[in-house]
Amino acid sequence: MMPYSVFALARQALTGHRSWPAAWRDPAPRARYQVIVIGGGGHGLATAYYLAKTYGITDVAVLEKAWLGGGNTGRNTAIVRSNYLLTANSRFYEHALKLWEGLSADLNFNVMFSQRGMVNIAHSNAEISALHRRGNAMRLNGVDAELLSRDDLGRLMPGLDLSAAARFPILGGLIQKRGGTARHDAVAWGYARAADARGVDIIQNCEVTGLRRDGDRVIGVETTRGPIAADKVAICVAGDSGRLAAMAGLRLPMESHVLQALVSEPVKPMLDVVAVSGALHVYINQSDKGELVMGGDIDGCNSYAQRGDPHVLDHVVESAAALFPAIRRLRMMRSWGGTVDMSMDGSPIITRLPLAGLYLNGGWCYGGFKGTPAAGTAMAHLVATDRPHPVADRFTLDRFDTGDLLDERGSGSSPWMH
Amino acid sequence: MRIPCPCCGLRAMAEFTYGGADVTRPAAALPLDPSAAPDADWNDYVYRRDNPAGPHRELWFHAAGCRRWFAVTRDTRTNAFLSEAVA
Ligand SMILES: Cc1cc2nc3c(=O)[nH]c(=O)nc-3n(C[C@H](O)[C@H](O)[C@H](O)COP(=O)(O)OP(=O)(O)OC[C@H]3O[C@@H](n4cnc5c(N)ncnc54)[C@H](O)[C@@H]3O)c2cc1C
Ligand SMILES: [Zn+2]
Repeated sequence: MMPYSVFALARQALTGHRSWPAAWRDPAPRARYQVIVIGGGGHGLATAYYLAKTYGITDVAVLEKAWLGGGNTGRNTAIVRSNYLLTANSRFYEHALKLWEGLSADLNFNVMFSQRGMVNIAHSNAEISALHRRGNAMRLNGVDAELLSRDDLGRLMPGLDLSAAARFPILGGLIQKRGGTARHDAVAWGYARAADARGVDIIQNCEVTGLRRDGDRVIGVETTRGPIAADKVAICVAGDSGRLAAMAGLRLPMESHVLQALVSEPVKPMLDVVAVSGALHVYINQSDKGELVMGGDIDGCNSYAQRGDPHVLDHVVESAAALFPAIRRLRMMRSWGGTVDMSMDGSPIITRLPLAGLYLNGGWCYGGFKGTPAAGTAMAHLVATDRPHPVADRFTLDRFDTGDLLDERGSGSSPWMH
Repeated sequence: MRIPCPCCGLRAMAEFTYGGADVTRPAAALPLDPSAAPDADWNDYVYRRDNPAGPHRELWFHAAGCRRWFAVTRDTRTNAFLSEAVA
């Protein structure tokens, strides 16, 4: 692998940038691997990378049915934060955030991690109390958090409607300054290139259509490019988790739903933090290209369609315009949807499955992008050692039987409510 | 998406509330005695789902309309409704 650096850039400039090598190989699948990772999104690629880097397991293939990052990795709004309430989630996402802080250097690939600050906006006294509680929980867990007055919010976001006449008047907020955004595609590409450099085969246009088993052990996969044998198989397919589990004869505590997002036409810099209003069910930030990126809730019914209903986008836009009246006249440029793996308690699952040699990483709901480095770390640890990683040891599958749930939002077993 | 309400016909999705997969409660015949079904059955009923990519039997509530609950089959890949709704 040619390291990317200012010197490499200068050298390539001499030849008119015509001799950059491909960032990763495009190998044909071999007949067998030690480990097969299903799913070439951020999580699958990170799993392969940490298997190679941390555990020296390089006889690994990542099988992707389409193109790298074409699933939720390339569809998400790229918000990275660790402002969780429950200790198990806080410790996992804070571990992820610390990895994000060094990720570009670790991968030798600029993932454009921008710690611009993540702001929660409160519109009622009850919400202010909830933010106090969340902020205190965060600080007790060693995560940065600061309460913001209305004036603080006005200084941070000059476009915010702080008037008493606002549809939902704003009272205050909470900021996690270390939160922000990253470049979603770069995360897939950076992990792919770094994993490839350590010997991992990244195989696109290769869909897994079945699991090969010998009794209660998995011994490989069936794919659209033929059967491939493996000692261990790691499922990292986000919204398709249920389909892969069905191949193993399992039903998961999970449903697949559609989550939409949209961007406006690009404008000059007007918002340099990520703003979220829980009451209005909207979040908004401005991309480096100037587009305003917005999203809200899932549509709310099972879906694999990767597209959603316009009334959900209406709601997002109305809410965003209620917060920032200046954006009312902007035009929407694009909207899209992704299939998210909504778990029954809103928290992820990183676990061994009842078939020996089979592992599952899923249940990421709205928020798996920010967890990518830690999910890869934890999944690699699990696959390599058969034991859960300490930062993810509560993300079990049997918590739905024992009652040891991680219901961050407290909304019970309706996955579309998380 | 427009949803076929058995009472009002095709109406905009925004008028409805989702009720999830149409799953069968264990020991439905004995609703006053939960212990009549094993814990594992209750756990499956509350938490585990088929989550199919294809026909899905599900419940809807016409919240901003006739306020009726009904069951209907929809293809989760295309959003095509595959059955008459049953109130
Ligand atoms: C609109 C939207 C906005 C979001 N915003 C945020 C956000 O701001 N912050 C955040 O943290 N998270 C966000 N998320 C969630 C986040 O995108 C996901 O949780 C995360 O990307 C899941 O990671 P992944 O890499 O495993 O998924 P994916 O990128 O979906 O990877 C799974 C891959 O598996 C492949 N696959 C599936 N089945 C098979 C098969 N049978 N054989 C081979 N390959 C297969 C798919 O093609 C896909 O590429 C958002 C999601 C959406 C849809
Ligand atoms: Zn009706």
